[in-house]
Amino acid sequence: MAWFRKEKEPLKAAEGERLRTEGLWIKCDGCRAIIWKKDLDANWSVCPKCGHHFRIDARTRLRLLLDDENYTTHDSDVETSDPLNFVDLKSYRDRIATAQRTTKLKDAVITAEGTIGGRGVFLCSMEYGFIGGSMGGVVGELITRAAERALDQRIPLIIVSASGGARMMEGTVSLMQMAKVSAALARMDTAGVPYISVLTDPTTGGVTASFSMLGDLNIAEPGALIGFAGPRVIEQTIRQKLPAGFQRSEFLLTHGMLDAVVPRTEMKAYIINALKFFLD
Amino acid sequence: MDRDKAREEFEHIEREMETLGKSTASPEAEKRLQELSDQLQHLREELTGPLTPWQRVQVARHPQRPHLLDFIPLLFENFSEIHGDRSFSDDPAMVGGFAWFRGKPVMVIGQQKGHDTQQKLKRNFGMPKPEGYRKALRLMNLAAKFHRPIFTFVDTPGAYPGIDSEERGQAEAIARNLRDMVRLPVPIIVTITGEGGSGGALAIAVGDRILILENSVYSVISPEGCASITWRDATKATTAADALKMTADDLRALGIVDQIVPEPAGGAHVDHKKIAESIGEHLQRALAEVSGLPAQELLDQRYRKFRNMGQFFRTAAS
Ligand SMILES: [Zn+2]
Repeated sequence: MAWFRKEKEPLKAAEGERLRTEGLWIKCDGCRAIIWKKDLDANWSVCPKCGHHFRIDARTRLRLLLDDENYTTHDSDVETSDPLNFVDLKSYRDRIATAQRTTKLKDAVITAEGTIGGRGVFLCSMEYGFIGGSMGGVVGELITRAAERALDQRIPLIIVSASGGARMMEGTVSLMQMAKVSAALARMDTAGVPYISVLTDPTTGGVTASFSMLGDLNIAEPGALIGFAGPRVIEQTIRQKLPAGFQRSEFLLTHGMLDAVVPRTEMKAYIINALKFFLD
Repeated sequence: MDRDKAREEFEHIEREMETLGKSTASPEAEKRLQELSDQLQHLREELTGPLTPWQRVQVARHPQRPHLLDFIPLLFENFSEIHGDRSFSDDPAMVGGFAWFRGKPVMVIGQQKGHDTQQKLKRNFGMPKPEGYRKALRLMNLAAKFHRPIFTFVDTPGAYPGIDSEERGQAEAIARNLRDMVRLPVPIIVTITGEGGSGGALAIAVGDRILILENSVYSVISPEGCASITWRDATKATTAADALKMTADDLRALGIVDQIVPEPAGGAHVDHKKIAESIGEHLQRALAEVSGLPAQELLDQRYRKFRNMGQFFRTAAS
């Protein structure tokens, strides 16, 4: 079902390449092999040798899942007003400005309306590169609006999570986003409009403990870190080393906390099929 | 100065003044009385002056602060505990059961910390595991089935971060509570009585009215946690407590809580009975406000309450 995989094997062609400029090659975190960056890109950033899933950004995710570029984004101009006036080593405003410059987004999620397998969907794609994909008031509001639109139009909702959790710099305001999004999802659930949650590396904290775990289906990419508490916090609490593979997708699947682990290149087909089951 | 010590001194001076007042008038006694009265004034300011956020965190965590099992006999009649999640086990960090509040049958649910070491260990310091949240939801569903209002009492450093918690789906348990509490067709009155620690607190804190005790705190992360992440230094917790805007006043200003329940001078631990009376009055008022509503109206109001919470954003100039 890997219809994205390139037919040819471009690895061989690269072997004679002398120019070992940094950035053209990447060392795989999974198998330690050196991979030609172009091959990685052509395979949606999944290692062609070991299947390790590298993180991809929110825009790439839209390209992966939606049928084409004919989608509209909603609310892309909404930004935080810094409710706490938060300052630590840097001001929150500065952190926001930097994140906006580097990601070209106003906050950590893109909400898009497009088609998948010809079927209209709302797709929320989180951007881990924007302050760790953390959820503050803007992420909460955008996802809630998407859920409300999906409910109104009775169109399926897909949320792809990539987040360290609630955004500390918005304090309790960010905590309340968990309740807010969950409330909107409760209405979708009651009305029988499908919601599919896709969990990617990493999905932790208040995002896992709200919308990420509330899908009609909760499916994850292989090897993703998924949990409530971060591994460091757990290690400090129990003063023990954590077992290998702890809080990875496969661990959650074994413990009954995920419906399926689906490779990135098969994710779209999986979703199309699931929506067919729900709606056709 | 340590507030408990100040309070002791306060009482000591009051007693001395009382004795002096009963003695025969003399210039010496008068002078001493004046001295004591000044000291008393000074101590009173120290005891009742505004606490810093970090001081409030200390009061909220005070080992003698009343916990749910202290409140229950003071607030309710005829409490019967209901145990277990009917799936895995009974979590002692989460307590629930049915009782009568001023003659009305209600469901009571909340985290339970302990006062001494043995109790603290038994109650896991008030940090529930997934089965605790699942028990809470089971009890809430039971209340809804028989049209009984729900009172929840929040006092937790957070949901327990452990291997077993993760294995059994801490995140899923919390998420499910958030989703299902918003559509339970009976009144839910939430009182934050001590520490409102992040998602582990919120998981029983979705309701129609949110009350908070004057010295309670409610936050997305503990000040120590925030300090070690941002300043890489847990001793910066004082600064973090300011920055996180976690006090009752801050939370009301942000629109996150509805009512602040005043505490006796020095904190709720000084006088359990007095604070319970005060909570009781607030609970009665809050319940009266929402009891008469038709179920759909109640749910619509609850939805709007959380839907509109924390709207701090603007549309950027492009
Ligand atoms: Zn590899």
